[in-house]
Amino acid sequence: MIAVEHLSKQYGPATVVDDVSLQIERDSITVIVGTSGSGKSTLLRMINRLVEPTSGRVLIDGNDTASEPAHLLRRRIGYAIQGNGLFPHRTVAENIATVPRLLGWEAARIRARVDQLLEVFQLDPGEFAEKFPHQLSGGQQQRVGVARALAAEPNVLLMDEPFGALDPIIRTKAQDDLLDIQRRFGTTIVLVTHDMDEAFRLGDQVAVMSHGRVLQYDRPAVLLTHPADPFVTRMTGSADRAMRLLSLTTAGEAALPGASDGPAVAASASLRDALSDLVWQGAESAAVVDADGTPRGRLTLSAILAHGRPS
Amino acid sequence: MTRPPLHRIDPLGALVTAAGAAALVFLPFVVFKANRIVPGDPLGLLDVLPHWAGLGCQASLILVAIAALGVANARGRLAAALLGILVVAAAVAAAGNALTPAGNKVVRVAPGAGFWVLLVAFGLMATDAITRLRPGPGMRVLLLAVFLAATGLVLAHGTFDHLSVMREYAVNAARFAREARQHVLLALGSLLAAVIVALPLGILCHRVPRLRGGILGTLNVVQTIPAIALFGILMAPLGALAAAVPLAAKLGVRGIGAAPAVLALFLYSLLPVAANTVTGLRRVSPTAVEAARGMGMTRWQILTGVELVLALPVIITGIRIVLVQNIGMVTIAALIGGGGLGVFVFQGIGQTAIDLVLLGAIPTVVLAFCAAVVLDALVEVMDRTRP
Repeated sequence: MIAVEHLSKQYGPATVVDDVSLQIERDSITVIVGTSGSGKSTLLRMINRLVEPTSGRVLIDGNDTASEPAHLLRRRIGYAIQGNGLFPHRTVAENIATVPRLLGWEAARIRARVDQLLEVFQLDPGEFAEKFPHQLSGGQQQRVGVARALAAEPNVLLMDEPFGALDPIIRTKAQDDLLDIQRRFGTTIVLVTHDMDEAFRLGDQVAVMSHGRVLQYDRPAVLLTHPADPFVTRMTGSADRAMRLLSLTTAGEAALPGASDGPAVAASASLRDALSDLVWQGAESAAVVDADGTPRGRLTLSAILAHGRPS
Repeated sequence: MTRPPLHRIDPLGALVTAAGAAALVFLPFVVFKANRIVPGDPLGLLDVLPHWAGLGCQASLILVAIAALGVANARGRLAAALLGILVVAAAVAAAGNALTPAGNKVVRVAPGAGFWVLLVAFGLMATDAITRLRPGPGMRVLLLAVFLAATGLVLAHGTFDHLSVMREYAVNAARFAREARQHVLLALGSLLAAVIVALPLGILCHRVPRLRGGILGTLNVVQTIPAIALFGILMAPLGALAAAVPLAAKLGVRGIGAAPAVLALFLYSLLPVAANTVTGLRRVSPTAVEAARGMGMTRWQILTGVELVLALPVIITGIRIVLVQNIGMVTIAALIGGGGLGVFVFQGIGQTAIDLVLLGAIPTVVLAFCAAVVLDALVEVMDRTRP
């Protein structure tokens, strides 16, 4: 668990981060979202002390991060940034091996870990290990950047706009991959973005920042249904908030008992996608099925719509 | 492969052909002198060779000209240029042998302006053809080595021994070896000292931007002082130092000689190395440095493992500039007793013996050329980050 306690950062007269406190749960994805200049990146960079706080402290699993040299702290925390920051003079394998090497892992262990990560990120080790970053596509470079951040099996992964440089289709894929990775390794992820859709897609908890302060820190659904501040409403967007709310619940979670002869909808699909499917096909109800085709129940139009209203 | 239309004439080939033809018609191919100092008699290519050999020579040169004008294939052009170089070299060697009476060591047969123009024209055509072939860095160094080995073999064989420059060499062989070594030592020594000082200076300028203007500005001013003036400026303080500190004098520090020469070259070398270090470091991707910090690399690890490695191609480019510049400038060091190949140049000027000037000048040019080729290749090998 990461505890951020009364953290502030001042540059001269300007207060960039103003008395922020957050409790970040273990094994969750927390997204810090805000406009540029809101202090979100500075807040993130104070967690691994790339920026030293003016006041306040950060505890990771109860230990004050200020109690050890900053570079040793950073080796235990994964860090991925926009534009990936890969070392252009080192191969993919050498890039991924950066932190394990700093930690003095044995060569065999490093090689095994590099191969494992490349496979997790769907990059064939035989093909990609010895390539240089400039030989990869943007999406591949980004995956290597995240793989490198995860190389030394950190419990905490900090990501600063990691998908900002990707085009929309690759970005969606990268977000799906990140959700898979989080489930697989159980890493605690703190991610900074200016993109509300990304925040809603990835975040178990979302912190909305403006002018150095956290205006609201809660589950995405609560941000929609009970915004604490007009700025939060503006950020979440009032026009399509019902659709946003639908996108936060899966068909499996909302399934009612019983069967339907309507179109089949995957249990992992969001209610937003299920609704779109029903509208498109002109059906009143859908059959919810697992990935292997096992029926899980049914969904009706009115049941779906009920999920799109604040309860 | 499509053939280029016939009416398309290669512009460089046209230049080479025009210059070569003009040189053959209007300029002496060799100059015959009764001794090393008197002005000589200009002789054309046909005057110095037996009739059939002269005709053969001209036929070959016409062939080269046709290739220069109309052949687009780079290998073909290279072969033609090499043929041209071979023909004029053989012709000048034959002229030397034919014009020198047996056993006579007084007459001088010097390559004339026509020969040099032809050599430069074909050399230009050859380097252009090599550039078009885009050889890799290793291949370029290999080509250079083959060229040097071939030249060395021909010289050692004595093919050109009757030509004036080689006559001067024969007289000065022992001194030549000594001065050549001194030349290389002066150029490399001042370069090494400059790298040791300028590299940290460059890093400092990069880390502390406030210092950049002052440091680079000062080095820039040093760069603008003419070489001879700088030698003069250094003479007085170094002379005083030698007089005041006996140890300095014992180590060879004097107002004249190698010490002011090395010091001046060192000062000139600082700016290119420091400025290129700054440029190279600034070129390093800030996100790579940010990622390195974020992963827990120490400042020293980031400097040596990321920043300097990525800046290295640009830094080596600076070192290349300095080395080539130093090899040329060491020549002037001979004026203040620093030694080097410039000794022959200035002696030759003093004695109006142009052959002696060439004995100093030609190896200097070859040295600078070799340094440029080798360091360019090194830069390319090191720049692994480019596709």
